[in-house]
Amino acid sequence: MADLLVLDGIRKSYNVGTPIETEVLHGIDLAMKAGEFVALMGPSGCGKSTLLNIIGLLDRPTSGRLLIQGEDTTSLPESALTSLRGHAIGFVFQYHHLISAFTARENVIMPMLVDRGRPDGEMERRADELLDRVGLIKWRDTRALNMSGGQQQRIAVARALAMNPFLVLADEPTGNLDTASAQGVFELMRRFNLERGTTFLIVTHNHDLAAQCDRIIELVDGRLTGDRRNSAIRNAAESG
Amino acid sequence: MRRWLTFAWIAALRFLGEGRMQTGFILGGIAIGVAVIVFMSAMLTSVQTNFTNRVLTSQPQIELQPPDEVARPLRQEEGVIEAAIVQRPTQRVLSVDQWQTILTRMRARSDIVVATPSVSGSALAVRGDASRSIGVVGIEPDDYFRIVRLPDYIIAGEPSLGTDDILVGIDLANDLGATVGDKLNVTTGTGGSRILTIRGIFDLGSKGANERNTYVQLRTAQSLLNLIGGVTGIDLTVNDVYAAETIAQDIGAVLPVKAQSWIMTNAQFFTAIWAQTLSSLLIRIFVGLSVAFGIAAVLVVSVLQRSKDIGILRAMGSSRGKILRVFLIQGGILGFLGSLAGSALGGVALLIWHLYARQANGAELFPMIVEPSLFVTSALLATLTGVLAGMVPALRAARLDPVEAIRG
Ligand SMILES: Nc1ncnc2c1ncn2[C@@H]1O[C@H](COP(=O)(O)OP(=O)(O)OP(=O)(O)O)[C@@H](O)[C@H]1O
Ligand SMILES: [Mg+2]
Repeated sequence: MADLLVLDGIRKSYNVGTPIETEVLHGIDLAMKAGEFVALMGPSGCGKSTLLNIIGLLDRPTSGRLLIQGEDTTSLPESALTSLRGHAIGFVFQYHHLISAFTARENVIMPMLVDRGRPDGEMERRADELLDRVGLIKWRDTRALNMSGGQQQRIAVARALAMNPFLVLADEPTGNLDTASAQGVFELMRRFNLERGTTFLIVTHNHDLAAQCDRIIELVDGRLTGDRRNSAIRNAAESG
Repeated sequence: MRRWLTFAWIAALRFLGEGRMQTGFILGGIAIGVAVIVFMSAMLTSVQTNFTNRVLTSQPQIELQPPDEVARPLRQEEGVIEAAIVQRPTQRVLSVDQWQTILTRMRARSDIVVATPSVSGSALAVRGDASRSIGVVGIEPDDYFRIVRLPDYIIAGEPSLGTDDILVGIDLANDLGATVGDKLNVTTGTGGSRILTIRGIFDLGSKGANERNTYVQLRTAQSLLNLIGGVTGIDLTVNDVYAAETIAQDIGAVLPVKAQSWIMTNAQFFTAIWAQTLSSLLIRIFVGLSVAFGIAAVLVVSVLQRSKDIGILRAMGSSRGKILRVFLIQGGILGFLGSLAGSALGGVALLIWHLYARQANGAELFPMIVEPSLFVTSALLATLTGVLAGMVPALRAARLDPVEAIRG
């Protein structure tokens, strides 16, 4: 099977052309297959978020190539990146998970609305189905800011999946949650991964959670230092 | 979520709704600004229109008179003037030369609606012991009343004139203690004298006119002023009242008459109106600017507050253009809603003013003229102002780097 995602010598520098120019990523080579459930670990400041933003097309690498489904994205214009991001990639962030002016259901609808312009019944059905899957259908008309962190993050996961993307990028999605909620959100993502074959790349500091992924990538000071696969985990998850 | 709204409208409305306080305060500010503009404009239009109507129905739009008599300086030889001080001669009551020909030519012009001859001069009105100096205007009532709507101003008697009849103003009637049916002895400096019966009393709305103006038949005036067969002026009304001055100049250039338009004779009024219009324009501009700054300030703060939302929307695939629209629409909505509230406020203020600002006798000061177009224009302008004011914050929102916005 062809690789879903290929990073080829990705480098990223901040403050390019100034005296304080610093290179944060020093040539990352990485390939991910469709359906993988991957943890990205590393000490604070090593460049995990930077890498995730580049993969998520929110930021451009200083050099190197990023191929998504075999297509080189490095030379695409911004409008094409925006559109690809909307259709192919879902995001879950650590803080500020939802847009507070909207209800749970509206938050889930939002990516579809951005894409298609006007709300319709189909979007509502899809949102309800996802809310049901994350166990929050009863809360669908509650304003986002009136919900607990764990609930908000579950809705954020539902939202990330609204457009049925093939890749979900999660930057410390459980960093703010208590252990039980963190485990719940994590299991939710795992379930979507197994059922739909959605590829996940999850940044986490939590070793227990990382151990439940079928691949763990380690980043230290902007260089990949480890890449372990664990097929036993996957088998266990599938049978469990 | 309303099904017929697009993403940008839904987000704009929600963001405005969520920042209820900010939205409320700025709407109040816009409403007050728009109300001031609406109130001021309606007052100005009313004063202007009422005055114009009054002037246009109580005096001819163009008056043709014999040219001024001028003394020609004595010349001894070419270029040498002997009498350097030239005295202006007294102006006699003179007939317009060839007035029938001029009248026919005036009536033939397409830009002139009515042309009618008149004879005017001064006289003394005597009743018993009382006497007053008056101006006598001799007219052909049928045509003249189409120029000066005297019948509209009659408050006693009727506006009809026989050869021995006279119409007088209310103040003259009071001064002489006369009423409809009473007789006046009218004498002139040229020796003319007639006993005339008051057929009607009018109120032209100005004390000067009510004391001095009197109207008689053309022939009566001709005989009183010793001007048999002559007229002292030709009065005109025109199609386009604001073209009166141009037409007057045109007539004065081709005919041996002095042509004066109502625009010239009321020059002071037009100066006053012009000054008022200018100051109201300035007020409008500055109110508009402060409204714009208010909207911009509120939206700039809103962009700052929502930068994370904006980052998330960008991550979801919203283009910069869509984000731009969300904030431009907010500006437009603020301007539009503010102008609706302001129009209502201004309308109420006008009503209250109209109810309480009264003449001593309780009559209205002048009829209030409020054109619907005033509200439509202010709504359009306020909406446009809102959109323009939203430009800077919207561009700021659109340019936001999603990575920074989400991390920050
Ligand atoms: N916009 C920026 N300008 C300059 N330096 C930056 C910028 N963004 C990130 N950095 C630097 O790049 C390095 C990597 O940052 P990054 O946020 O990717 O780390 P991280 O691995 O996600 O850390 P954490 O675990 O704390 O989230 C850090 O040293 C950070 O200070
Ligand atoms: Mg990070």
